[in-house]
Amino acid sequence: MSSARDNILKRLRSKPRDTGEVQDRLVPDHGWNQQEKIEHLSHQMQAVRTEVQRLGESQWIDWLNSELPKRKLNRVLTGHTNEGQAFKDRAETSLDVQYYAQNIESFKTGLFNKIDVGITTTRGGIADTGSLILWPDEHEPRLLSLVPPVHIALLKANEIYESLAQAIEIQEWEQGMPSNALLVSGPSKTADIQQTLAYGIHGPKELIVLILE
Amino acid sequence: MSKPQDIYFFGTCLIDLLYPKAGLAGMQLIQREGVNVIYPQNQACCGQPAFNSGYREQARDVARALFNCFPKDIPLVVPSGSCAGMIKLHWPELFKNKPEETAVKRLADQTYELTQFLTDVLDIKLEDLGQPVKVAIHTSCAARREMQAAEPIEKLVDQLNHVEKLEPHNKEECCGFGGTFAVKQADISGAMVEDKTRYLKDTGAELVLSQDCGCLMNIGGAFEKQGNSPATKHIAEFLWERTHAAD
Amino acid sequence: MQQTEVFSQRINKALANHQARLSLRDTMDRLKLKRLQQFPDKQHLDELRHQAKSIRQKALNHLPDLLEQLEKKLTENGIKVHWAEAPEQANSIIHEILNKAGAKSVVKGKSMVSEEIDMNAYLEQRGIEVIESDLGEFIIQLAHEPPSHIIMPAIHKNARDVAKLFHQHFPELAYTEDVNELTLSARKILRDRFANADAGISGVNFAVAETGTLCLVENEGNGRLSTTTPDIHIAITGIEKVIEKLEDLPPLLNILPKTATGQPVTTYVNMISSPRKAHEKDGPRQVHLVLLDNTRSDIHSSEDFIDTLRCIRCGSCINHCPVYVQVGGHAYGSTYPGPIGTVLEPQRIGLQQMGNLTSACTLCGACAEVCPVQIPLPSLINQLRAESISTQFSDSRISGKGSLRKRSEALAWKLWSVTYAQPWLYGIFRWTATRLRFLAPSRLGGWTKYRTSPKPAAKTLHELARQQGFDNE
Repeated sequence: MSSARDNILKRLRSKPRDTGEVQDRLVPDHGWNQQEKIEHLSHQMQAVRTEVQRLGESQWIDWLNSELPKRKLNRVLTGHTNEGQAFKDRAETSLDVQYYAQNIESFKTGLFNKIDVGITTTRGGIADTGSLILWPDEHEPRLLSLVPPVHIALLKANEIYESLAQAIEIQEWEQGMPSNALLVSGPSKTADIQQTLAYGIHGPKELIVLILE
Repeated sequence: MSKPQDIYFFGTCLIDLLYPKAGLAGMQLIQREGVNVIYPQNQACCGQPAFNSGYREQARDVARALFNCFPKDIPLVVPSGSCAGMIKLHWPELFKNKPEETAVKRLADQTYELTQFLTDVLDIKLEDLGQPVKVAIHTSCAARREMQAAEPIEKLVDQLNHVEKLEPHNKEECCGFGGTFAVKQADISGAMVEDKTRYLKDTGAELVLSQDCGCLMNIGGAFEKQGNSPATKHIAEFLWERTHAAD
Repeated sequence: MQQTEVFSQRINKALANHQARLSLRDTMDRLKLKRLQQFPDKQHLDELRHQAKSIRQKALNHLPDLLEQLEKKLTENGIKVHWAEAPEQANSIIHEILNKAGAKSVVKGKSMVSEEIDMNAYLEQRGIEVIESDLGEFIIQLAHEPPSHIIMPAIHKNARDVAKLFHQHFPELAYTEDVNELTLSARKILRDRFANADAGISGVNFAVAETGTLCLVENEGNGRLSTTTPDIHIAITGIEKVIEKLEDLPPLLNILPKTATGQPVTTYVNMISSPRKAHEKDGPRQVHLVLLDNTRSDIHSSEDFIDTLRCIRCGSCINHCPVYVQVGGHAYGSTYPGPIGTVLEPQRIGLQQMGNLTSACTLCGACAEVCPVQIPLPSLINQLRAESISTQFSDSRISGKGSLRKRSEALAWKLWSVTYAQPWLYGIFRWTATRLRFLAPSRLGGWTKYRTSPKPAAKTLHELARQQGFDNE
């Protein structure tokens, strides 16, 4: 007895088709330098309420130490990465910094209820849409950038690509995709009620991008 | 394309019976530019009403009879975006794999909507002899999207110095005629023409112009029923009146 | 015919709701403008559309190969692939996965395919709780209504409607019509569903064969939460959603949000290629993809109708439809409304039941003008009309061919064509119409409800042309 799979494929093959080629792929080529990429990225991000801070590479920890207590974001979650460790080591005393280092099964209540801000690194950014590239892994789990109400992302200025096409090509994504790859382009939002824009529906209410130059 | 010596004129069945003066004006406008206008007396209909109702065989029979009126290899001009579109875009579809296929394609390739012919081929120059008037233009969906003729009507009206052109809201939106749609889905059609007439009235225009008599019949008929509304006129009739010195 | 009457009733109910029409009109005006603002250069826009069309068409042209490649890659990645020919089968597969795992609660990301197969009802009847998490879907779930638009399911509800619904279902929350407060309430209510649901079910925007990747786009974050927090993720998609390569994604991801909602990009693009790997701390440990056919392979076999399958579900056609803006989505009585619904539903469900949708269209072409993958919607609608009244039109496998043919109508068109194809007969008709024009009825059914009736002229253009001496040949 033939399976659904067999039946479906058989029907799809009942009339062979010419494949045809995709002509003239239009890959955007703006020719932006790093400054321009930073500016385009920032502009796109700020248009959707992302907070963008441009900092020197060595300044971000000081910035966090100064800002997080001010904003009452004391319960901090980071990945167990070099950056995460660097911050935990130098974190201001009023801040309670944890690593997201155990399975979600044993951390659910904590993650959903007891964290004010999640900090992640990024795998670069995309200037023309104002997007961050995140490839969560065992050190920076998926929910780190999603569940805490505030998400802070560290973006290296020299890892900003012009476009998604460029990022995919240069980073060679086709060589192997992670279990989850993400593009994040702002805080969570919806316009499902009367077409009125509202922020912070299910994902983070705030996205703060620290561009490190 | 340079100015031809002769053209065929297909008046359309709607104009033939209901708005013949519009058709005549179209022919006179072209004739005045020194082009010989041929009006085959055997012409009737392009077949669109049946085609749009799914009755393609009947559409083809009627279309074939019309096609046979245009044997010469000369342009065909039609004072209607929707009938021109039927011939240009859908006749090749109707006659695919039929003996007339090649000849129909040849005719379709040189079929023009009237305003398109006046601007793109004849490069007509108009002098406005009329009194100041405020108009709004409604371009039919077929003129706009099938014949790509939204610009020509604007350009022609822009040439008339005593005519003020006003822009209605949602200008590109269908007026709700749609041929048999106006009868088959009368209430949706009524809702659509209600919006369209409101947008046109809101401009303050005294007169609404169009390339298509189907739309004019719809919009004009609604205006008449509502009362206290702009008049309507086919663009050909309007242009002829504005630029033709009374004898 | 019953179908006509039922459709008619729904239409009239919709038209009578003036408030809803005003509101929908306002919404569509804004959406159309937002889309235009994303595409300042028309020529460039047409190039982007052409590119998106070729990517989708090429994928359709070797769909069976791509599906096999997708299955192979997904399986290598640890994602289990299931094939379903019909809704019942798909629902049964999903139910079995849940049952096997003892899953009792499901949190859903948005999926039109799940609406197509009526999945929620199927699972609920079998004791599984299903909560919609997309705000629009959540709202209509509370209201026990189907979606009225494929992108904005609750577009027909205003803030007051939502306020009442929330207060009715969650009386502990203070009544408010403030959109921000309502949004915050939804966040609170759904938070714990994400945290504790046994399984998440989602749709798929694009399935990439090259790498075995499921790509989902969204603004809210509920999609990510539903596909990451629960231990099981089931994705369901139509078989036509496969694309060949990763490099095909950027052009499609570029044009989709711009044309759908006037945004340059959605907040999140979520690309899933495997379940939780060893040492990873979160993500589902089971990921499944259900590939649904449900007449798509039949549509695929028709040269005339295969274009239907290019659709990337942007909803732009719906936003520009002058009929939809008057009657709204529910009037169609189908899963998919508007132009794409008018093309898809008669093919999916059959002409006998859904063929009438094609009458609610003026063939204006506004939809085709904006379709990012250049589907010739009016042409397909017109072809479906031909299929409705004839069994001889094409070799497509649509069910119900000729089922809408009425003898009286066919006869009327026959008489019409005989008259109009014979110059002498048409001549008689012209004479009668003009000479007896005083007999023209002033009441013409639906026409004269809204307009005065047209009157034949005293002389036809034939006569005027002859009088003016225009050449006959």
